[in-house]
Amino acid sequence: MTQAYYTLAVHPEKCNGCGECEIACAKIKADSTDVAHSRIKMLRNMKDNFFGPVVCMQCGEPSCVKSCPANALTKDPETGVVRWHEDRCVTCTICTLGCPYSGIYYNPVSSSVIKCDHCGGDPACVKVCKPGALEYMKNSDLYKDQAPLEDLFAPGLAGCMGCNTELMIRHVLRHVGPDTVLAAPPGCVPGQCVVGMNGECGCKVPSFHPLLTNTASMLAGIRRFYKRKGRDVTCLALAGDGGAADVGFQSLSGAAERGEEILFVVIDNEGYMNTGMQRSSTTPLGSWTSTTPVGPALHGKPREAKYMPLIMLMHSCEYVATASMAYPLDFHEKIEKAYQASKRGFAYVHVFSPCTTGWRFPGDMNIAVQRKAVETNYFPLWEYERSKDKLVFTYSIDDPKPLENYLSVIGKFRHLSKEQIGQLKEQAIKRMTVLQRIAEVGLSDEEVKLKLKAACEGEFKVADVDVSGVEWGGMPKSHSKSVKSGSN
Amino acid sequence: METKYLIIGSSHAGLSATDEIRINDPDGSLTMVSMEDCLPYSPTVLPYIVSGKVDAGIIRLRDDQYFKDQNITFLKGKKVVKIDTQASKVTLDDNSEIGYEKVLIATGSEPTLPPIPGLKESKYHVLRTMQDAQEINKSAEQAKTAVILGTGLVGMHAAEGLAEKGLKVEVIRGRRPAVLPNYFDKASMQMIHKVFLDHGIGCNLDNQVASIEPGEGEKAKVILKNGDAIDTDMLVVGTGVRSRMDFFANGAPQMEEGILVDETMQTSVGNVWAAGDVAQAVDFFSEKKELNAILPDAFEQGKIAGMSMSGNLKAIEAVPGLGKQEGFFYNGGVSMNTFNFYGNRSFAVGLSLVEDDGEYAIHVKFDTDRCFYQKFVFKGDYLVGAIGINTSLDPGVIMNIIRRKINLKGKVDDFIDDPQNVSRRIMWDSWRGVAKV
Repeated sequence: MTQAYYTLAVHPEKCNGCGECEIACAKIKADSTDVAHSRIKMLRNMKDNFFGPVVCMQCGEPSCVKSCPANALTKDPETGVVRWHEDRCVTCTICTLGCPYSGIYYNPVSSSVIKCDHCGGDPACVKVCKPGALEYMKNSDLYKDQAPLEDLFAPGLAGCMGCNTELMIRHVLRHVGPDTVLAAPPGCVPGQCVVGMNGECGCKVPSFHPLLTNTASMLAGIRRFYKRKGRDVTCLALAGDGGAADVGFQSLSGAAERGEEILFVVIDNEGYMNTGMQRSSTTPLGSWTSTTPVGPALHGKPREAKYMPLIMLMHSCEYVATASMAYPLDFHEKIEKAYQASKRGFAYVHVFSPCTTGWRFPGDMNIAVQRKAVETNYFPLWEYERSKDKLVFTYSIDDPKPLENYLSVIGKFRHLSKEQIGQLKEQAIKRMTVLQRIAEVGLSDEEVKLKLKAACEGEFKVADVDVSGVEWGGMPKSHSKSVKSGSN
Repeated sequence: METKYLIIGSSHAGLSATDEIRINDPDGSLTMVSMEDCLPYSPTVLPYIVSGKVDAGIIRLRDDQYFKDQNITFLKGKKVVKIDTQASKVTLDDNSEIGYEKVLIATGSEPTLPPIPGLKESKYHVLRTMQDAQEINKSAEQAKTAVILGTGLVGMHAAEGLAEKGLKVEVIRGRRPAVLPNYFDKASMQMIHKVFLDHGIGCNLDNQVASIEPGEGEKAKVILKNGDAIDTDMLVVGTGVRSRMDFFANGAPQMEEGILVDETMQTSVGNVWAAGDVAQAVDFFSEKKELNAILPDAFEQGKIAGMSMSGNLKAIEAVPGLGKQEGFFYNGGVSMNTFNFYGNRSFAVGLSLVEDDGEYAIHVKFDTDRCFYQKFVFKGDYLVGAIGINTSLDPGVIMNIIRRKINLKGKVDDFIDDPQNVSRRIMWDSWRGVAKV
């Protein structure tokens, strides 16, 4: 049963809502131009300029098949297509009660239910889709873009069981390619032999081990040196949250402010996990660490975490994003954008990386934990491109699941009191509020900007200011009304 | 004989459980007992057998090959007469015994008879098994008129089916003066009622049956409370069902209207599970245990029972703090159904019967001429119920917006303006996790 099936992949960002697919479908299925016969339905929303076709996804465990009382729907084990058998169908339409995505629906013109059958392996809709929003592909091909890229990290894993960092290192290196110099300050990344052991290097790009404090400044120098030599070398940092947010912050902040052309990736495991799980400034409130133990006096970390991505956003970076390996396509897109941005200026990607050992949860749950963090808005996914001055959420922040869904799976939160959970929720809401405002208006709201500008001009009309009475280098001679217009 | 898993009943709940058990435990001995001597089928399809829309031979849910491939002992035509939960064994009607480690009761329901004088003495039909359907068809060949007791799904479906065969059909209500009172509110019900009247079905909702006088053969005289009498060639009773659970002899699980089950479909007896129409599980809205005898719930419950029986839930629970994951634990039954009549289609989901009472906001659009009716019930920013007659809505999309408790804050007006596209878009977004900003 476990085999890769062909699927109709939909790329909504490419869809222009032309509706050619509907017409082609109605034509081939019913020899008609009436789109009521179409198995593919166009969703159009002019308000937010959204277009996207709705079509049966040929589910792995189709609820339409399960709820059919007449065995008129079956899943074809060879092709994966959910087939409708007209001769057995009694048109009770119970199947339409099961499908959450309107993959099967009642057609009043033909008085029967209709659904997509991939046209037997040659879908008519794909052929007429000019913008390329529809693609007929094997679902295993979704990652085909990444497959030919060389894995630049040594095989095997020196990290803990279930570590997400190793996965992340591989994907990042794969994406940025071999023309890279990698800096990995002390932490879990060099701990996994990125910088080598006993003279052997763990990855296929030149890598070095800066101090916790000077990662960004060393990379800045390297980038400038190569640039002067006429070579385009990607300068990549894979730093932990300690190396970025705490002791390495000074050099990071400086490099970002100067607009150094660096791709800075932070692996945020919310503490100094490599050295024995000490707290860092990104450790969340209430979290157990070895330096914020749980006992009668202290109940985990008493202070809130600092939210690095927003701090970096205010550095006027070319690109800032938060990412998680639980959403690999999104992750690759962001790394690509950051990579491109790092040729123009500073690019910062903050990757959420739960630590199975330090956070106390089973090794096979890392991706699930990340997904929960995103779904509960604990770690919202977004990106900011300076060229567009636009913060965009890449995972919907509407209808988050309860934060408890996330907290309850992690050992370091096991002791949390109701109050602490409440505080964490408050903090999440606070972050979301700020992010949402920026998302709505950008960093500079035109309306507010105009108001501020008008206010400024009202108070300091340069032409009106009489500076004749001012003695440069000192205070004005007189505090009287001489600094008023019309004293010529 | 001895078996590890015993499934009593072979419709949606039972089959869904066997599928799930075989995923988790491909080798454990598995026995399925069916009281009917035929391959599995769904009771839902019976009205369509009566109407002649489909042939009984081709709508089987599984074939012999399935039982062979899955290594399941399928005992056809054997009725369970006794379950001794203390000794963990059942007795069949041929006096043979089956010992089990775990048993699933998926026996469904059986028709109930209203306390009408003379009914028991008369010849009447019910519609719950394939045999019932075939007998109705046989009688209908001879008959010219038919009286149907009950205005529920069975009664109304049978009325249309028999009328299409050329019989003159009279439908008489049971306790409630409405058609399909479990699903449709007054206004929508009247529309459906009118369609039946327009097609020549007699359906006077003011009257009830007083008594019945048996006649020759299948003939009967139905005397109404207003004194009218109707002579009929055949009589069909569809006034309700009750859970089929009268076989516990020793150590019965807790029962009310059905067998009480927890969120894993386990009964109060450790190695006994129940699923489908016979199970009384928690309701999605009231959070009390209620019967929700509908097909989609049957397979959902059967699946959860199968997972629970084959031990997979233990592994899930063992993961610290993972909690009660959706799909593994039953999160409550939602009332839902579709009803198609004379080329019209309708559906009702959730709290569809709610009338305006302050707690809920009701949005209704209708057009009597087109037989169009659309009702949405909102509780705050959440959709909790809907009815549609001849709408272009997708019932499953509406259903999932209710079931997943999707917050429609700021979208309620858009939703009511263009429910089909907005609801599809909401599910699109929820699937892809796409952001809208």
